[in-house]
Amino acid sequence: MALSDKDRIFTNLYGLHPWNLKDAQRRGSWDGTAAIIAKGRDWIIEEMKQSGLRGRGGAGFPTGMKWSFMPKSNPDGRPSYLVVNGDESEPGTCKDRDIIRNDPHLLIEGCLYAGVAMGAHAGYIYVRGEYYNEIQVLQAAIDEAYEAGLLGPNAAGSGWDFDLYVHRGAGAYICGEETALIESLEGKKGMPRLKPPFPAAVGLYGCPTTVNNVETIAVVPAILKRGASWFSSFGRPKNVGTKIFCIQGHVNKPCNVEAEMSIPMRELIERYAGGVRGGWDNLLAVIPGGSSTPLLPKHICDDVLMDFDALREHKSGLGTAGVIVMDKSTDIIKAIARLAQFYKHESCGQCTPCREGMGWQKRLMDRMVEGRAEIAEIDVLESVTRQIEGHTICALADGGVWPVQGLIRHFRPLMEERIREYHAKKSGGAMPLAAE
Amino acid sequence: MAKVTIDGIEVEVPNGATVLQACEAAGKEIPRFCYHERLSVAGNCRMCLVEVEKAPKPVASCAYPVADGMKVFTDSALVRNARRNVMEFLLINHPLDCPICDQGGECDLQDQATAYGGQGGRYREQKRAVKDKYLGPLVKTIMTRCIQCTRCVRFATEVAGVPELGATGRGEDMQIGTYVEKALTTELSGNLIDICPVGALTSRPYAFVSRPWELRKTDSVDVLDAVGAAIRVDTRGPEVLRILPRINEEVNEEWMADRGRFSFDGLKRRRLDRPWIRVEGKLKPASWQEAFAVVAERLKGIPGQRLGAVAGDLVDAESAFALRELMVGLGSANLDCRQDGAAIDVSRRDHYLFNSGIAGIDEADALLLIGTNPRKEAPVLNARIRKRWSSGALKVASIGPAGLDLTYKAEHLGEGPDALATLRDGGHAFAEVLKGAKRPMIVLGRAAVARPDGAAILAAAWALAESVGALTPEWHGFNMLHLFGGQVGALDAGFVPGEGGLDLAGMLGGGVDALWLLGADGFEPGLIPPGTFVIYQGHHGDRAAARADVILPGAAYTEKDGTYVNTEGRVQRGRMALHPPGEAREDWRIIRAAGAALDVSLAFDTLDALRARMAAANPVFGMVDGRIAEGCHDTAGPRLAEGAAPEATSFTLPITDYWQADAISRASETMAECSRIYNDATPKLAAE
Repeated sequence: MALSDKDRIFTNLYGLHPWNLKDAQRRGSWDGTAAIIAKGRDWIIEEMKQSGLRGRGGAGFPTGMKWSFMPKSNPDGRPSYLVVNGDESEPGTCKDRDIIRNDPHLLIEGCLYAGVAMGAHAGYIYVRGEYYNEIQVLQAAIDEAYEAGLLGPNAAGSGWDFDLYVHRGAGAYICGEETALIESLEGKKGMPRLKPPFPAAVGLYGCPTTVNNVETIAVVPAILKRGASWFSSFGRPKNVGTKIFCIQGHVNKPCNVEAEMSIPMRELIERYAGGVRGGWDNLLAVIPGGSSTPLLPKHICDDVLMDFDALREHKSGLGTAGVIVMDKSTDIIKAIARLAQFYKHESCGQCTPCREGMGWQKRLMDRMVEGRAEIAEIDVLESVTRQIEGHTICALADGGVWPVQGLIRHFRPLMEERIREYHAKKSGGAMPLAAE
Repeated sequence: MAKVTIDGIEVEVPNGATVLQACEAAGKEIPRFCYHERLSVAGNCRMCLVEVEKAPKPVASCAYPVADGMKVFTDSALVRNARRNVMEFLLINHPLDCPICDQGGECDLQDQATAYGGQGGRYREQKRAVKDKYLGPLVKTIMTRCIQCTRCVRFATEVAGVPELGATGRGEDMQIGTYVEKALTTELSGNLIDICPVGALTSRPYAFVSRPWELRKTDSVDVLDAVGAAIRVDTRGPEVLRILPRINEEVNEEWMADRGRFSFDGLKRRRLDRPWIRVEGKLKPASWQEAFAVVAERLKGIPGQRLGAVAGDLVDAESAFALRELMVGLGSANLDCRQDGAAIDVSRRDHYLFNSGIAGIDEADALLLIGTNPRKEAPVLNARIRKRWSSGALKVASIGPAGLDLTYKAEHLGEGPDALATLRDGGHAFAEVLKGAKRPMIVLGRAAVARPDGAAILAAAWALAESVGALTPEWHGFNMLHLFGGQVGALDAGFVPGEGGLDLAGMLGGGVDALWLLGADGFEPGLIPPGTFVIYQGHHGDRAAARADVILPGAAYTEKDGTYVNTEGRVQRGRMALHPPGEAREDWRIIRAAGAALDVSLAFDTLDALRARMAAANPVFGMVDGRIAEGCHDTAGPRLAEGAAPEATSFTLPITDYWQADAISRASETMAECSRIYNDATPKLAAE
């Protein structure tokens, strides 16, 4: 059953209507804001917990619980901060971009609720620098909101003072990691911090901070207005709500679409993206959740559900829900090698395993593409990825090796075949030289 | 306290301690590269991973706080694997050029690879090569060896206070450097070499010179500034090849200043290695007998009160004491060790010591610098002030030249003594800070009293200390910062004018016919009146030697067993690392022999006997390595002549060229190069 239009949160995902305040209000934004805030901080957090919303940035941590980690009072005088992560750099993901440019007021209104819930009077939206036009829109929308008294002192008549700032990133994938983002926001080099302490204790400028994804914050107004039970009525238990999927690759109609969680992958692709190019049987593999999630071969794609837990069962993940579809024309080894190169380039260089290992993995993958390797080196590659995974400060390293692990898990015969072909060409095809 | 079990051993560590500290408390060795006790935690090398029960992944022990009841495993299969794996990653891009690497034999990477690494490598790809960086004349870089632990970056930023190093680039292209290439502007750069766990930062003067196992190591103490850092002198045959700091928490922690570390090549140049006598206006080489004969002959006709002696800044207390005995035996009271003319009142020891102690800085909460730039005068002590300041608990102000870069923020209160008066009258807000402080420190530079109104300045500084409550039985907040390692020892040895004796000015004013200079290079020898018979006893042919009529070659601090007293009054012993060159002898022996030639009976034949006499004369010399740390029990200030008052002249700083401030560093080529580079008005941009 497809998500009906009345249950969509992102009613202007495609930009068919103007983004500005007047039209956003017509779509329901900023409606009853003060009344919701009047219900209080604890009510908001409780409602978020009840809704079962899990963070949309990739890790899927329950949002309500995350908010509840923020200190209730600040005896030492440190303010609390809300930081919104719009450094959307995961290859295959472009949902936040559409939210920011087409429905910025959902985000801005969400920021206000989140600010109230975590006792923050200031919020920072960190948007990747390449989203230049999107930032123009977002800033204009914030200006509009200020003008209308929806932000600033006594925001939206709620009695809560709230300021919102937009910060442009400078083009590093790692700045999407929450603590690296905080460092970057402070004007330092974007390098993840050691945890503990977690940002909720020591975050931006050493103050309690919560970092949430753009989509997470943008669905907050709808949850608070329509009720937690409405939101949790979609999807499977623990994997509830609606979600924007970014479907691309070898599909007939690549698109962003808001669908309900736990939708079968096949239905998602066929209903919204016009199906796989050349028909479902032409499918080779799908990367289900942005480039860092391990790919799934067709036989798994046939019946897998698109949610956190179902994909985890297959050793992949929902991630950011950037669905990359690859048909049989794809050189899957080359495709994954390209991702290995991406992660090598984006490693911040702080931790030894990631700094040194990503280059090693990339070089091994480059040889795998040609087949210029020994079959035993597939095991070396696998063990290198295992040596990197789980040994670093942040999760970039994990995300950087999962694609290769997925490749080895599902396409090892293809890799071996490639190596054998290469060796056959080298030895069998060699003509005796004239001089011999 | 938290109870933690490490490999089955239960230990108690304070809350907030890290797992690594707990492991060390349990006697477990945890390999590490980026972690350093005195720097902030980076947690990036991942070598210190350990297994913590119930943690899903191995944790970096250097950064992970302990929790009560935590169970840690440092030798499980998981941990051993993790270490082996991290080591493999560290080595894939490391050049493994140990045979030509100066770090070889004392390299953390080498040691830990042997202890925790695997065997062989699986890496078949091209290795990374990194362009070397220019960090100045002292630190040599071979950046291909760098393992990006960022210790150097953190040292420069946190300890040295010069945020000039950083990492540029990302991932495996991350490189350590200054970005715009230039010499690091710190007096502590040698410590970068020590903290670098690999051979990326090595000593430029020591490059390709020796292997650590060829060196003879002698524990000693640095005398080139008054901090008295604990050092180790590494020698091979007749040369000092390098000098390294030792740990002494009370004094230098584990740091050392560049002048003390790198000026040892000056120990081989311009040395006085045989006696000389002036014959017909020209210095001629002579034997010891001839030299003593001349001394005896010339001094014979001179009455005791027409004899004078001046001790230099680097002398050991033994030779100062011995020379004093000799002069007393000859009937002279004309002694002075204050070449700078500092108006030091020796009637009480706390009038001229750094009474709060160097470690006392760690407890201080307000500090006033008067006429001193500790960054140039005592860099290690300055780093300690910076450490305390960085913790946020110390407020600093200074009186003296404006625009000093101390590496920490200091409120500038004025340039001359009038600021002292203003402060004492409560005319400045900092007076309240000093009064409100629990442990205020007044730091008076030695140079501030080395001026005509020095005695008045000394009294004013003491009075200020008293008026802000810095002088209590629990805390002594009056501090004098001396400049060289021999200064306090000579004062303690009583090398000051005796009853009716002349001071240096008096001696130079024609009060004496013969002058014995014991390593005294600190004043202009042209001031000695013509016709004065000058004996120069010392180790370097510096300024004064050229004026001498007889030169008695002595030993430098690395060549004799000597006692030195640092600025806080700590008595320390330097040890003979090698023999003095040529005919040169230990100074106390020269004086003993001169006594014999002059028919003065000196009551010591051995060093032990001499030291026993010293301890009898001044009990502090019996307290080696210790110092009397106590508060002020008598707030009576230094003696001051009636009507003396500070003048309006601004304070000036004594050390204008940090790199060449004493006889040894003036002879050093390394220091000459530093002086050239750092004193050049136009900064050198690259190692062109």
